[in-house]
Amino acid sequence: MSIIVKDIKKGFSGTEILKGISFEFEPGKTNLIIGQSGSGKSVLTKCIVGLYEVDEGQVIYGGENFSAMNKSERKQIRTQIGMLFQGSALFDSYSVEENVMFPLTMFSDMSKEEMLDRVNFCLERVELENKNHLYPSEISGGMQKRVAIARAIALNPKYLFCDEPNSGLDPKTSIVIDNLIHDLTKEYNITTVVITHDMNSVMEIGENIMYIHEGHNWWTGNKHSIVTTDNEEIGNFVYASSFMKQLRGKLS
Amino acid sequence: MNLFEHIGRFILMIGSAFKKPEKWKVLWKNFIHEINSIGISSLSIVALLSLFMGAVMVIQTASNIDSVLIPDYTVGFATRQSMILEFSSTMICLILAGKVGSNIASEIGTMRLTEQIDALEVMGVNSINHLVLPKILASLFIFPFIVLISMGLGLIGGGLIGTQAGIITLEKYIMGLQYYFEPFSITYSLFKTLFFAFFIATIPSYFGYYVNPSGGALEVGKSGTKSVVASSMVILLINLIITYFMLL
Repeated sequence: MSIIVKDIKKGFSGTEILKGISFEFEPGKTNLIIGQSGSGKSVLTKCIVGLYEVDEGQVIYGGENFSAMNKSERKQIRTQIGMLFQGSALFDSYSVEENVMFPLTMFSDMSKEEMLDRVNFCLERVELENKNHLYPSEISGGMQKRVAIARAIALNPKYLFCDEPNSGLDPKTSIVIDNLIHDLTKEYNITTVVITHDMNSVMEIGENIMYIHEGHNWWTGNKHSIVTTDNEEIGNFVYASSFMKQLRGKLS
Repeated sequence: MNLFEHIGRFILMIGSAFKKPEKWKVLWKNFIHEINSIGISSLSIVALLSLFMGAVMVIQTASNIDSVLIPDYTVGFATRQSMILEFSSTMICLILAGKVGSNIASEIGTMRLTEQIDALEVMGVNSINHLVLPKILASLFIFPFIVLISMGLGLIGGGLIGTQAGIITLEKYIMGLQYYFEPFSITYSLFKTLFFAFFIATIPSYFGYYVNPSGGALEVGKSGTKSVVASSMVILLINLIITYFMLL
């Protein structure tokens, strides 16, 4: 099911961050929100998941207006959302197993054995078998991201949000995380929204891209059209380094 | 934010904390965890303080009694009254406001900083209820026991130093402890402990929960300091109010 944002406006202390953003995040695709630091990507995402209330506009999940819902109605939608945070946001005092089991404990009626089976399945899916009893402080950053993904998919979500999933990771591990997100999206037909400013991610998994600039939806496209567009702002973003600028010159 | 806005937001937080938990089993598990974290882990410092303070009270009381008209057992009587009425409840709670309060504020503040609270909210968990309610319940449950232990150990500490240093005989000390004993003084002490426990759990939770995440570790540190100052002031104020209405 798709997520549609309609004319979203959001400001803080008199400063307007989002100035009327509209976009459709398509199901079964990795939808990317890209833009420079401070452009409002994370604010938009927090508005979509309801961590921030929008000042104006609507967020629609599968045809239902999330913005107009009360707390209990929102809760129903939220149990269908999985989210991977920039810093993983794993619970420090819980082991890997307890972290992944947490949403199942809170929102399912599974028995302990069923939950354990599901946890092991999710951990296998992110290639973290036999790490159940380790604590977040005992595993690497890449592993923490994978545990966070396992936790996000534990309840079979319809919507998956990933806030800068590659932040702090080396390029090789970043690709592994990107591919994992992409594969899960296809496998379970999830509506995935990835917030990033990493061009490697864009080129790897960018099927439906929105570029935010100065609080506006500046450009939409995909990983193919982003390298060929003549939009100057996008060009400056994609070909930011001098090496990439030279490459662009040679290509053109 | 001014004081009234803080109070308003604090009341809203308490309202949210006392909503029906998602799973009673999870609340129970967290409650047991918090009893250990808030109560059991504080026992050693409480025991040490109480033993020494009881001992010091005996020495100070004895050294200040010059008149032959004042009987020896007054030492036991004064130590008992001081421990039960004030030290074991108010002073111990002030110390725990520092130890437990800063711990709670930094724990919840760090969770805010590392987006763990956001993660709970996105999952659909009432994060205030999940994080704060077990702390409130555990504090309300364990603090009266801590205070009772402190009373007992303080009186034992006083007895030990009194008899070992030759200040008072054991018989006279025990006589002093029993002299004009009113069980109501324990009720009064435990009653105010419940209020202290509530605020020791909730004020640091408030400062931790609403820490400004963009301020980083500095803000978390500040939230710990603010929570200790605020809860200490509230404890002193409540102590005065309850004492006024219950003992006058």
